[in-house]
Amino acid sequence: MADIVLDKVSKKFPDGTTAVRDVDLEIADGEFVILVGPSGCGKSTTLNMIAGLEDISSGELRIGGQRVNDKAPRDRDIAMVFQSYALYPNMTVRENMAFPLRLAKMDRATIDQKVDEAAKVLELTSLLDRKPANLSGGQRQRVAMGRAIVRQPKAFLMDEPLSNLDAKLRVQMRTVVSRLQKQLGTTTVYVTHDQTEAMTLGDRVVIMRGGAIQQVGPPQELYDHPNNLFVAGFIGSPSMNFLPATVEEGRLRTALGDLPIGDRIRRELEGADAPRELILGIRPEHFEDAELVDEQTRDRGMEFTAPVDIVESMGSDKYVYLTVEGGRATAAELEELAADAGAADFAGAGSNLVTRLSAESTVTEGEDRRVWFNLEKLHLFDPSNGRNLTLHEGRSAGALAG
Amino acid sequence: MADTTARRAKLQWGLLNAVVVVFALIPVLWIMSLSFKTPATLTDGKFIPREWTLDNYRNIFGTDQFVRALINSIGIAMIATVIAVVLGAMAAYAISRLDFPGKRLLIGVSLLIAMFPQVSLVSPLFEIERQLGLFDTWPGLILPYITFALPLAIYTLSAFFKQIPWDLEKAAKMDGATQAQAFRRVIAPLAAPGLFTTAILVFIFCWNDFLFAISLTSTERSRTVPVALSFFTGASQFEDPTGAICAAAVVITVPIILFVLFFQRRIVSGLTSGAVKG
Ligand SMILES: Nc1ncnc2c1ncn2[C@@H]1O[C@H](COP(=O)(O)OP(=O)(O)OP(=O)(O)O)[C@@H](O)[C@H]1O
Ligand SMILES: [Mg+2]
Repeated sequence: MADIVLDKVSKKFPDGTTAVRDVDLEIADGEFVILVGPSGCGKSTTLNMIAGLEDISSGELRIGGQRVNDKAPRDRDIAMVFQSYALYPNMTVRENMAFPLRLAKMDRATIDQKVDEAAKVLELTSLLDRKPANLSGGQRQRVAMGRAIVRQPKAFLMDEPLSNLDAKLRVQMRTVVSRLQKQLGTTTVYVTHDQTEAMTLGDRVVIMRGGAIQQVGPPQELYDHPNNLFVAGFIGSPSMNFLPATVEEGRLRTALGDLPIGDRIRRELEGADAPRELILGIRPEHFEDAELVDEQTRDRGMEFTAPVDIVESMGSDKYVYLTVEGGRATAAELEELAADAGAADFAGAGSNLVTRLSAESTVTEGEDRRVWFNLEKLHLFDPSNGRNLTLHEGRSAGALAG
Repeated sequence: MADTTARRAKLQWGLLNAVVVVFALIPVLWIMSLSFKTPATLTDGKFIPREWTLDNYRNIFGTDQFVRALINSIGIAMIATVIAVVLGAMAAYAISRLDFPGKRLLIGVSLLIAMFPQVSLVSPLFEIERQLGLFDTWPGLILPYITFALPLAIYTLSAFFKQIPWDLEKAAKMDGATQAQAFRRVIAPLAAPGLFTTAILVFIFCWNDFLFAISLTSTERSRTVPVALSFFTGASQFEDPTGAICAAAVVITVPIILFVLFFQRRIVSGLTSGAVKG
């Protein structure tokens, strides 16, 4: 077990692509860190550099305090689980799991004992004599895990280990991974595309974009206090709603009405180089059916009326899609997010609002509905650089903050 | 409806296959038939021999000439095959997996060798081998065979290596294997079908060669069967050697068939299934 430190690590491929740029990251001993980001942002490359499968172009990588830049993978004592499982098809499950131990020249009895132990943890005991071809996807995945845990390495690296499984199995395996990591307490770096995995599995989440880290923090913190437009749009499902907003006479003009601005933000917006055009961000759960809001809560927010487009009842609550006037918010980050999610899935930038209302709401499709939203949970972004203007000393206090 | 069309299609394919097989096999069967005929009935034009005899076979195995040539053929082809496949495997592995300076050059040169007309090399090779004392020796044939078999080996093998998921090798490295261990314990077993296929092709190439064998040998010391056949004369000058030649031709086909049958069992497809998903 060991900590992993990336110090200004960069990767430049021979063809000139810079896949990873100046990544600084400290992963504590025993920590479970998730790398997440859109396709091509350099997650796998980062992981492969930690593994030793890719050379580090510049910067330093330390594992357990030791510089390992020039060490071969086999000398780093790290295990990796691949997206493709990468089981050796010519070997049985037992042989697959014993492979790293045999290479380490352990004696037979120890190998057998360790393999049996790992097989028991992963419920593979009855499958030990099968070949990988005769296993189901989930079983193969567990064998791949087993091969990683048998030799008790300093750290686990996992590159989208569950992405080949179907949805149900993925949920199941997620808990297996989580339990296993807690039980073993081994430092783990986990790459994923799936934001549910990112939110639920890790101690900390690292969000990457274009080879650079956008924000690092515990999942809840990223959700509540995103540094910038990209993080705000990437974390959360359905994603945050984004609307264009302009500053006029000390108020914020938006499709939801004129909103008051707090003193601190106003001061910031009064600067000569301050942007006139802003992007307003509100998460779906910060809306509520106006009928269901009590007096006390009502004061903390504002109301508006909008035609209801679609109502999706989830049982526990209702997703309600509202149409609002005004154009779409535009920013490079939003386009990138839309491209990654597939335009249909990323409604955030459209002139449609996604809201999550209580299940008791009597809202019906086609009517005009009065909807309340929480002013304290608003985010304001600068479209030119994506910065979250509502963030103060790492905390977001809404546009009203004084 | 669908059933009958499927049956029709099957029938048509079966018919086509039969035509091809018969077309390919008639000369072989004809030679077999000739090899069992007596000298008197040799030219009677009958497909099935009227009088069966094993004399032809007895004769060829009775002559030292043929047996010696058979040993030469087997030895030379086997040694050349093993060396070409081992060297080819290493080269193909490097080509398909590693990025090294001169990779394109290596591919280009091997392609060049494959395209080079072999006839034009016979006289220079003859001179060189005489100077070096390789003329009319086993190495004198094995070396050019390897040269011309290598491009073939490299091409077929690199195609096979490219099919093996690269993740397997990465996994082996993560599990603590050196590059050599990864190749020997993970990649090579998976490449086995490719190795056997290549071995068959190279073996057949060496076994069938006539050009080099006739130009670079002069005695029974290293003469291979295809050449020895052309020197067959029969017991006396007036005897027709056709029957003996046919018997010899049948005999030299047997090792190839055995070789292919033996290795064919190992060319099972789907050896890599279960390694990776997708
Ligand atoms: N061998 C290579 N040569 C050149 N560029 C490469 C190479 N490997 C990856 N890249 C580039 O580096 C960038 C990062 O790739 P990487 O595989 O790390 O992305 P990723 O975040 O893992 O994406 P995904 O989620 O799709 O797996 C990509 O733009 C990719 O095109
Ligand atoms: Mg990847």
